Amino acid sequence: MSTAATTVVRVKQKQIAQLIAKGKRLDGRGLNDYREIKIEQGIIEKAEGSARVLLGKTEVMVGVKVETGEPFPDTPNEGVLTVNAELVPLASPTFEPGPPDENSIELARVVDRGIRESKAIDLEKLCIVPGKKVFVVFVDIYVLNHDGNLIDASALAAMAALMNTKVFNYEVENCEVKIKPGFMPLPVRRHPVAVTFAKINDKLVVDPWLEEEQIMDARLTITTDDDGNVCAVQKGGSGFFTLKQVLEAVQIAREKASEIRKKLGW
Amino acid sequence: MGEKAEKLVDRKGLRLDGRRPDELRPIKIEVGVLSNADGSAYIEQGKNKILAAVYGPKELHPKHLALPDRMVLRCRYHMAPFSVQERKSPAPSRREVELSKVIREALEPAVFVEYYPRTAVDIFIEVLQADGSTRCTSITAASLALADAGVPMRDLVAACSAGKVEDLIVLDLNDVEDKVGSADVPVAYMPNLAAITLLQMDGILTPEEFEEAVKLAIEGCRKIYVMQKEALKARYVNVKEVEE
Repeated sequence: MSTAATTVVRVKQKQIAQLIAKGKRLDGRGLNDYREIKIEQGIIEKAEGSARVLLGKTEVMVGVKVETGEPFPDTPNEGVLTVNAELVPLASPTFEPGPPDENSIELARVVDRGIRESKAIDLEKLCIVPGKKVFVVFVDIYVLNHDGNLIDASALAAMAALMNTKVFNYEVENCEVKIKPGFMPLPVRRHPVAVTFAKINDKLVVDPWLEEEQIMDARLTITTDDDGNVCAVQKGGSGFFTLKQVLEAVQIAREKASEIRKKLGW
Repeated sequence: MGEKAEKLVDRKGLRLDGRRPDELRPIKIEVGVLSNADGSAYIEQGKNKILAAVYGPKELHPKHLALPDRMVLRCRYHMAPFSVQERKSPAPSRREVELSKVIREALEPAVFVEYYPRTAVDIFIEVLQADGSTRCTSITAASLALADAGVPMRDLVAACSAGKVEDLIVLDLNDVEDKVGSADVPVAYMPNLAAITLLQMDGILTPEEFEEAVKLAIEGCRKIYVMQKEALKARYVNVKEVEE
């Protein structure tokens, strides 16, 4: 964060910025290129759904647990979705153990917003007894290695894990939920993809890795749904964007998201 | 709560509170309202009632958090338990933690942080009554409190939301529009630098609608900016003669 400038040596900082001014990046990517994305699903047997995403060297695991519980009073006919993120200390020398800090809360809430606002999960199908019993879906984001762009990696991992999630079959007898053999897949109907930009020397780069994040002025995440609609936006960092940059980012984010969806077969 | 299936926009294109789509709620701003704070501001926007106070620049404790080349800006956005329909626990919620962060990052681009190394500036925001778009109203007030404290700034930060209710892009969402509407786009803006310092969005908008909403919100920011400057002048230009 604020100590970032001291972490990347000044020389390197200059080098990164000069390269970006020429449309190049230190790791050989173009300004709008993602690092390689690898996704594995179903890696934790005890979780109802799970996935691990590698975005370059950034590694995020997501486990989904499904339980039954009470719905929120204002949405009695809908299941409950909660997203939590842990910046596990083993993932980076800058992560400290302890309760979630503002960075992990922001990460969880940005991922949550993308899934919720795109209506990716049909929450009404997760209602068991209206107003009384619904499925509660816990999405736990576990950052295992921090090499930049945790938001995009976490959003991908969360969706991959949800698409891999199985919910037990049940029947209702006198308001009691009885578990029946077999499973049904979680009703996933949309595939929101978050695309994050870093602004460095007034230029936008897609999928910033750690050293770029450490020298960036500001960060912008645009989440779009399958139809190219914008469903979540978050600006971060202590710099600013111009209107032109924001609108340019929306266009690139839509293109990138659809490329990613195509590549992953979503 | 009292949100029935009322139409949010009537046939004449007016909203529940009688506003046109591009109309702000009534705004009242007062600068320098707290005697203990180095800077403060009170704002009412619709039924929003928000106090912002700034302490500093001052020595930073614990000292190891101080930065050798700049000040540390800290921000706490907090809602009073009685500010909403159902009592809110006074403990900071995850929402408040996130908002504290984005509000700080919305104000930081305006502040010459390098002028005061090793110091801290604390911004405290208390939402006394919430009526939608509180993060924007808070930023508007907090930026005035910073100016009132004499913190050197590039520009004032004005903030305003836009959103979509019933297929219409509208300015400055109130509580009901925020909850029932289909999208909310809060924006903070420095008009003199054409810089967007806060941008969030939730809901679903086509790229065209998103562009329209951001542009409308920026227009709202410009109007609020004028009121901010008036409020500052009211505090500092009219030096009253001492009587009695």
